[in-house]
Amino acid sequence: MDMFHNLLLGFGVASTLQNLIYCFFGTLLGTLIGVLPGIGPTATIAMLLPITFTLPPVSALIMLAGIYYGAQYGGSTTSILVNLPGEATSVVTCLDGYAMARQGRAGPALGIAALGSFFAGCVATLLIAFFAPPLAEVAFKFGPAEYFSLIVLGLIAAIVMARGSLLKAMAMVLLGLLLGIVGTDVTSGIKRFTFSLADLSDGIGFVTVAMGMFGFAEIINNLELKEKRAVFTSHVHGLMPTRADFLASWKPVLRGTALGSFLGILPGGGAILSSFASYTMEKRLAKDPSRFGQGAIEGVAGPESANNAGAQTSFIPMLTLGIPPNSVMALMVGAMIIQGIIPGPQVMTERPELFWGLIASMWLGNLMLVVLNLPLIGLWVRLLTVPYRLLYPAILMFCCIGVYSMNNSSFDVILTACFGLLGYVLSKLDCEPAPLLLGFILGPMLEEHLRRAMLYSRGDPSVFFTRPLSLALLLAAVGMLFLAVIPTVSRTRNEAFRE
Amino acid sequence: MKGRFNRDKDFFAGLIFIFFGLLAIWIARDYPLGTARRMGPAYFPSIIGGALAVLGFIIFLRSLWSGSEPVHWPGLRPLIMITGAVVGFALLLKPLGLVAATFVLILTSCLGGWQFRWHEAALLYVVLVLIALISFVYGLGLQIAVWPRL
Repeated sequence: MDMFHNLLLGFGVASTLQNLIYCFFGTLLGTLIGVLPGIGPTATIAMLLPITFTLPPVSALIMLAGIYYGAQYGGSTTSILVNLPGEATSVVTCLDGYAMARQGRAGPALGIAALGSFFAGCVATLLIAFFAPPLAEVAFKFGPAEYFSLIVLGLIAAIVMARGSLLKAMAMVLLGLLLGIVGTDVTSGIKRFTFSLADLSDGIGFVTVAMGMFGFAEIINNLELKEKRAVFTSHVHGLMPTRADFLASWKPVLRGTALGSFLGILPGGGAILSSFASYTMEKRLAKDPSRFGQGAIEGVAGPESANNAGAQTSFIPMLTLGIPPNSVMALMVGAMIIQGIIPGPQVMTERPELFWGLIASMWLGNLMLVVLNLPLIGLWVRLLTVPYRLLYPAILMFCCIGVYSMNNSSFDVILTACFGLLGYVLSKLDCEPAPLLLGFILGPMLEEHLRRAMLYSRGDPSVFFTRPLSLALLLAAVGMLFLAVIPTVSRTRNEAFRE
Repeated sequence: MKGRFNRDKDFFAGLIFIFFGLLAIWIARDYPLGTARRMGPAYFPSIIGGALAVLGFIIFLRSLWSGSEPVHWPGLRPLIMITGAVVGFALLLKPLGLVAATFVLILTSCLGGWQFRWHEAALLYVVLVLIALISFVYGLGLQIAVWPRL
């Protein structure tokens, strides 16, 4: 069987000593930053991008992927023990997880979160192995018109999934598209929007935007809040959930995994959306919804499985189409480009060791995470007592050295500070940075495919509507936008983000 | 209404978007526009810039019409200190080397926080600069000057 053969190849790549070490390092770091509130996977991956430059491509991707799904495990620990989401994806876990901790059942909550995540991770890994190859087959049939429409769909999804005003999210995407244009135009060789600065002729570095808007702006925002972190340190004992816990949780875990896997594949989806959707679903399906918020184990098991499944299946559109569905995947695309790999369907056929190695590493990484999380829980709890005032100067230093070392350029560091400033001001005005980042990554692709499609069609824009696949993608985009504007849906959207 | 709306979030957001949209169109005038069939370098940025300016204008108008939440600026100290620390690091790294530039970075950024203690900042600096030297300069072999160039 072909897939069996491929997975074997993947495990061969992933289980070399070097890759195992990078996988372990990635998942460890992911757990660490997942546990620590105030620093997320986006900022961390941006911080490590310059370092991955020196690694072989497979190891680099394995490590970065580990950070993303590792953060899903780590985030739940903080939610359950401190009632603070370590990650945005485990916000809903606070509700019932912390309530369980207050009843002295922190152990089972942590246990079911880790086991549910592990199950979801295994299923999602298999799903990627199953669905990525046929999807890549479809992607090979894509022409410029289809790619254009697909990118439009991705951008619209980013707008719909962003928090707050749709208009502002749309403006952020457009601003990102404009920033992406800076640099030398591939077709004509003209330097655009460089303000005659030689440093800008290669375009704005991807790392500078991501690190400025996610890293620096986040630090400044955090420093404005007064630090308060009361760890719930009543002894965590008996991590193993009871028989009754398992009976109550296996269905939510299954449902969460299915829901998360599906939502992860959608453009704009991913871990955050999955966990919210799963919580809502469990609450609806429960015989006694009033138990939710009072320490219902279903409210931990479902969302925690869903966010891990969503985190992993969001690799599918990135790996097969080269279109990132969320900002973390946008960073993964950036990492591949740094390594000289153009993301897209050809990666699977031209670099099978890279593709299957990454997938196999996800399964190994999930196994490591269960081992990391359950016995080492005490270590993570202690880590929570490190005050932020010692952490942020360290984060800042790693960011600065990282940006500098990309091109040995002080200009890049100053540019990052500018993006930090811009990101901070925009976040104060309730403008989310994620749509901007996606626009920035997809901008050059969007323009190139638009130009090519129009060239082939001799300037006739109807090409986007007459090719069936392109039309379907555009209709999906319009439908998505339309749904978000309908009052009832937009109300639930607001509610989902408020919790 | 008067005197209040000019502090609204959407008021400023709209103005920022209008500014960037118009700036893009303004700069793109210097590049060839091309035709729909053969788009020049100015074609795509002009469309996007125009759309951004229009959206910004709508956001701006809506803020005048119905108002939005007022902007909350809790104090500029973290903003100035963090940005200053990074810019200082960038300017000092090449002439003075990593050890000195990191000193400025850590000290200034610590001053941006809530509690500043001299001994804590000094200890943090020593630990971090050692980590930076061991991991980046000796471990990864990055080409960064460590000491001032004499």
